Amino acid sequence: MEKLLSDHEAAALSAKANEHRRTILQMLNAAGSGHPGGSLSAIDVLTVLFERVLRHDPRNPRWPGRDRFVLSKGHCCPALYAIMADRGYFPPEELATLRKLGSALQGHPDIRFLPALEVCTGSLGQGFSEALGLAIAAQIDRAPHRVYCMLGDGEIDEGQVWEGSFLAPARKLDNFVGIVDRNGAQQCGHTEDILHTDPLPAKWEAFGWTVHEVNGHDVQEVNWALQPERIVAGKPTMVVANTKKGWPISFIMDAPADFHGKAPNDEELAKALAELDGK
Amino acid sequence: MADRMSTRDAYGKALLKLGETNPRVVVLDADLWTSTRTQKFREKWPERFVDLGIAEQNMIGVAAGLALEGKIPFASSFACFGARGWEQVRVSVGIAHVNVKLAFTHGGLTVGEDGASAQMLEDLALWRVLPGMVVIVPADGVEAEKATLAAAEHVGPVYLRFGRSSEPIIFPADYDFRIGKAAKLRDGANVTIAACGIMTARAMEAAERLSAEGIEATLLNVATIKPIDRDAIVEAAKATGAFVTAEEHQVNAGLGGAVAEVLGLNHPVPLEMVAVQDSYGESGTPDELLEKYGLTVDAIIEAAQKAIARREKRDTILIS
Repeated sequence: MEKLLSDHEAAALSAKANEHRRTILQMLNAAGSGHPGGSLSAIDVLTVLFERVLRHDPRNPRWPGRDRFVLSKGHCCPALYAIMADRGYFPPEELATLRKLGSALQGHPDIRFLPALEVCTGSLGQGFSEALGLAIAAQIDRAPHRVYCMLGDGEIDEGQVWEGSFLAPARKLDNFVGIVDRNGAQQCGHTEDILHTDPLPAKWEAFGWTVHEVNGHDVQEVNWALQPERIVAGKPTMVVANTKKGWPISFIMDAPADFHGKAPNDEELAKALAELDGK
Repeated sequence: MADRMSTRDAYGKALLKLGETNPRVVVLDADLWTSTRTQKFREKWPERFVDLGIAEQNMIGVAAGLALEGKIPFASSFACFGARGWEQVRVSVGIAHVNVKLAFTHGGLTVGEDGASAQMLEDLALWRVLPGMVVIVPADGVEAEKATLAAAEHVGPVYLRFGRSSEPIIFPADYDFRIGKAAKLRDGANVTIAACGIMTARAMEAAERLSAEGIEATLLNVATIKPIDRDAIVEAAKATGAFVTAEEHQVNAGLGGAVAEVLGLNHPVPLEMVAVQDSYGESGTPDELLEKYGLTVDAIIEAAQKAIARREKRDTILIS
């Protein structure tokens, strides 16, 4: 696929994603609980999305013309919060309040506490349907914005995801772009040991979606796949982003299920930050 | 107005009014539009109609997304199937008080021949427990139409339970329905009967027959199960000292449960509940089922007599 970014731009995006990785690990360490594995796997895609794809205005988060983003794998919200703080949606000092009483940064995304979010998520499969509702509203209103929604590859075990996967092509939702963070692990093991979810691209192709499969840690590939030029009129788009849970922290990648929902302790944090320093 | 009508027909009628008057109203259905009576709205405003296929969980999430963009979605299904989206309502709708209307038809035993799986008798319990949810069970076509229009005006989630069977019209066309307000249909000093849905017409007949025996009943139509009309219930309990509830629902956690909470916390009086006694339904005609499961005029009369007897026994003990 075509490289749309200069080498310098691509390197800068990857460096930004790694800054977000540091933030994610520090937030989770301070909170003492949360989900590092899937936050780290998703961050390259999310960084490209917020830096290069979404039309949004952090100073006017409810701007009606904005593109909508829904993190359906809501447990990975530390990744989203890290980006939102960096983009100025809220002061970075608030990152230290993750999961604490009264914080805008709830354990799972909650629009009551952080109105810049689009929907409440945290129960898998639900954000996907809510995002489809946002897209259908835009379709009814003939509004030109798009809706982007990230799912986890464990999340797609939920039947609700397939209910929605039938609906989007039937409604010809070409304003909808889904992304699966295909990191290969869920809470109790590797995704392919729990259910046989492979091959993912063929599944959505068979449902009538336009599908692009990319290396989710290669910002060039991700950027190419997420650009509006990839959208085919009359069809929804699904980007399958192949990633590694915990990428690129060695001890998290070695035990991805263990670090699905366990925050790094002080020692693990130091080790992870040292690994990132070497990148 | 015909003298009989199903509340689902009244729902369909109300949607046609809303279609004309409120461009924000959209209707969702999970492949049941011929039965839920959303069909005419679908024909008239296809661009504001979303058919989800047989997929209720997705329907709830889509409705939440539409509401968050300013639409007023009426998500329609049967009461039994819509309930499989309960957890979706809890998270996608409930937590942030999203403006979604759940308009579910075919509640209760009067579904009839389809049998137990289709006869939803647990919905009031399920929906009433969610914080911020309004729960309404209209008693007739007039109330159903007005409740639908009121739900569209109300900001926040509403559950509307409609029925399949044709039932008598009770309320006049100028009836002033208010969410959260019980309607007093009769004043009497001896016992209060609080009913909702199809049981209100039966409670009216029971009150007339009790009156012929010299027992005067206060009759409340409690269409809004949540927020329940605490003041009306406490006032009636104080005036009569004996209470009966009647509903087409399990005995647990529906109207009877809600009234028991109000009475227990405010003014305890003997309470009898006419409801399905912790049991699933079965195939049969609506009338056969209501008879078998004790949702009859006779059952209400018997419950009233029992509540009065308990009050008199208690009064005797208190006096001695």
